[in-house]
Amino acid sequence: MAINFLYPDHEVVRNPQRCIACRVCERQCANEVHSYDEELNLMKADDTKCVNCHRCVSLCPTMALKIVKTDHTFKENANWTGETIKELYRQAGTGGVLLSSMGNPKPYPVYWDRLLINASQVTNPSIDPLREPMETRAYLGKKPERIERDQNGEIVNNLTPQLELNVPIMFSAMSYGSISYNAHESLARAARELGTLYNTGEGGLHEDFYEYSANTIVQVASGRFGVYKDYLNAGAAVEIKMGQGAKPGIGGHLPGQKIVGDVSRTRMIPEGSDAISPAPHHDIYSIEDLRQLVYSLKEATDYKKPVIVKIAAVHNVAAIASGVARSGADIIAIDGFRGGTGAAPTRIRDNVGIPIELALASVDQRLRDEGIRNNVSIVVGGSIRSSADVVKAIALGADAVYIATGALLALGCHLCRSCQTGKCNWGIATQEPELVKRLNPDVGSERLVNLVHAWEHEIKEIMGGMGINSIEALKGNRLMLRGIGLNEKELEILGVKYAGE
Amino acid sequence: MKMRRIYVNEKWCLGCHLCEYNCAFSNSAETDMVKALKDVHINPRIRIEEEGNIHFAVSCRHCEEPLCVKGCIMGALSIEDGVIMIDQDKCVGCCTCILMCPYGAIMPSDTGVMQKCELCVKNAGGTPACVESCPNRAIVFEER
Repeated sequence: MAINFLYPDHEVVRNPQRCIACRVCERQCANEVHSYDEELNLMKADDTKCVNCHRCVSLCPTMALKIVKTDHTFKENANWTGETIKELYRQAGTGGVLLSSMGNPKPYPVYWDRLLINASQVTNPSIDPLREPMETRAYLGKKPERIERDQNGEIVNNLTPQLELNVPIMFSAMSYGSISYNAHESLARAARELGTLYNTGEGGLHEDFYEYSANTIVQVASGRFGVYKDYLNAGAAVEIKMGQGAKPGIGGHLPGQKIVGDVSRTRMIPEGSDAISPAPHHDIYSIEDLRQLVYSLKEATDYKKPVIVKIAAVHNVAAIASGVARSGADIIAIDGFRGGTGAAPTRIRDNVGIPIELALASVDQRLRDEGIRNNVSIVVGGSIRSSADVVKAIALGADAVYIATGALLALGCHLCRSCQTGKCNWGIATQEPELVKRLNPDVGSERLVNLVHAWEHEIKEIMGGMGINSIEALKGNRLMLRGIGLNEKELEILGVKYAGE
Repeated sequence: MKMRRIYVNEKWCLGCHLCEYNCAFSNSAETDMVKALKDVHINPRIRIEEEGNIHFAVSCRHCEEPLCVKGCIMGALSIEDGVIMIDQDKCVGCCTCILMCPYGAIMPSDTGVMQKCELCVKNAGGTPACVESCPNRAIVFEER
């Protein structure tokens, strides 16, 4: 037997005084960590299999379980950390590319946490959202440059298709296949109840979810899975996915074992075949090519639906966004490097891309400087964690935000970052029927609605504190932000003053 | 009679058995689950029926025309506001009700006399413990 270089990351700690051996932990762990010794009437745990997803902890009726980080340690130093050593051992053992899921976990600066929000005192009164109207509605799409009149002097409606959101928060793209049927149903139902939109991702739209079409963004990605005329027309908007924050420049690969039954039918590919999304769109090598696809999609949807182009936040994001804004797209979605994924090469996830805060600020500024800001709306995603992040994003220039990791957390995800195994104990990132049924969409959609309602209340409170009564008035209002712990260059890119200035 | 009853949606039942443990606890007269159930072989009034990947919980349906009540030779079973209750002091353990019940929802208690689900009206009150503890809303308490 080969030497095992790896000690488990986590240890399952069971309080024997509290454990009643009900075996819920054993029944609920798809990783088969827990087992029961009938002779000894004792529960046992195999730490090597634990992914720290807390399913057992959350369901244990006597709170007899906890998972702790192991205190076992390598002789590590600041350069060769335990994590680095472990990953190296893993690769030496397998010869493979390291895979990870969810967003970039490295300790890069989180600029949201270095921005502070203003409030009114004395000279301009703050507003109490419980007593006075407060507008959280947002409209996404190209805004007309001028008022046009016909020969009789009547105003001509030259408004191109818009998306109307009750709150400036949408659920970002997660494909059916990467997440389960019940996760999709939860998102779709929540989006309808909230008056916002969810996004199909690149896996097509399950036939059962066509009824949510007014609250659906349908995505066209490089693999073009499940794309046909009815699909395009089923959505309220069409999104072209050029890149993803978690893995800019990289395609996708949904393994054949997840392409079963409905997933295969929805993606329109044979059962068991790998779903490989190429890194580029093979028909897009320039802004002109992108424009062709944008207009092909508009043609297919009779110019009734806004087209979104989603790009990852990379070094030249402002120039790229400027091109996208000229391509005929109505909305640009920018995904920062902390955005999630069902699976990405670890090195890409952890080292490629830039923070969404800087990308957003530079894109908004560039489009303003070029006088084309009204050509497009800007939607940002890539780890929007709270209502404060939403407010800061809007003040930096976003029209709305995308949340996905946050939405999954609301559904029960514990960020164990093992999506790629397909054995999600919470019924989210899995296609195994026995696991999928663990997410009852009645519960899931309710929790999503709760989350967004809670954020909406907080957004209103924060805006009220600033004396602002609409999202529209907050948009791009960078005077409402101050930086803390930032250098001159960072302040310049973010376009904010330092706290105290 | 229109009343709220316990229903089980097999589609959402995970077979985790938490309902059984919470039933046993709530009928134990203890306030601490560990004290009530540690090293105890539980005898709950709701039972998970399962085979392979199929699971569902079964408990008394509180029938409008309950055969168990008709069959009881001692008059220990009665209907109170639609809820079928058992007076364990009257029960002699003849098991006629077990034979009569088509659902297998009545069973001997640890003392030998019969026990059955009484919708937690005698203990917790409000929502039955199995409904409250179901992690996937598979067991619901509603009027149908």
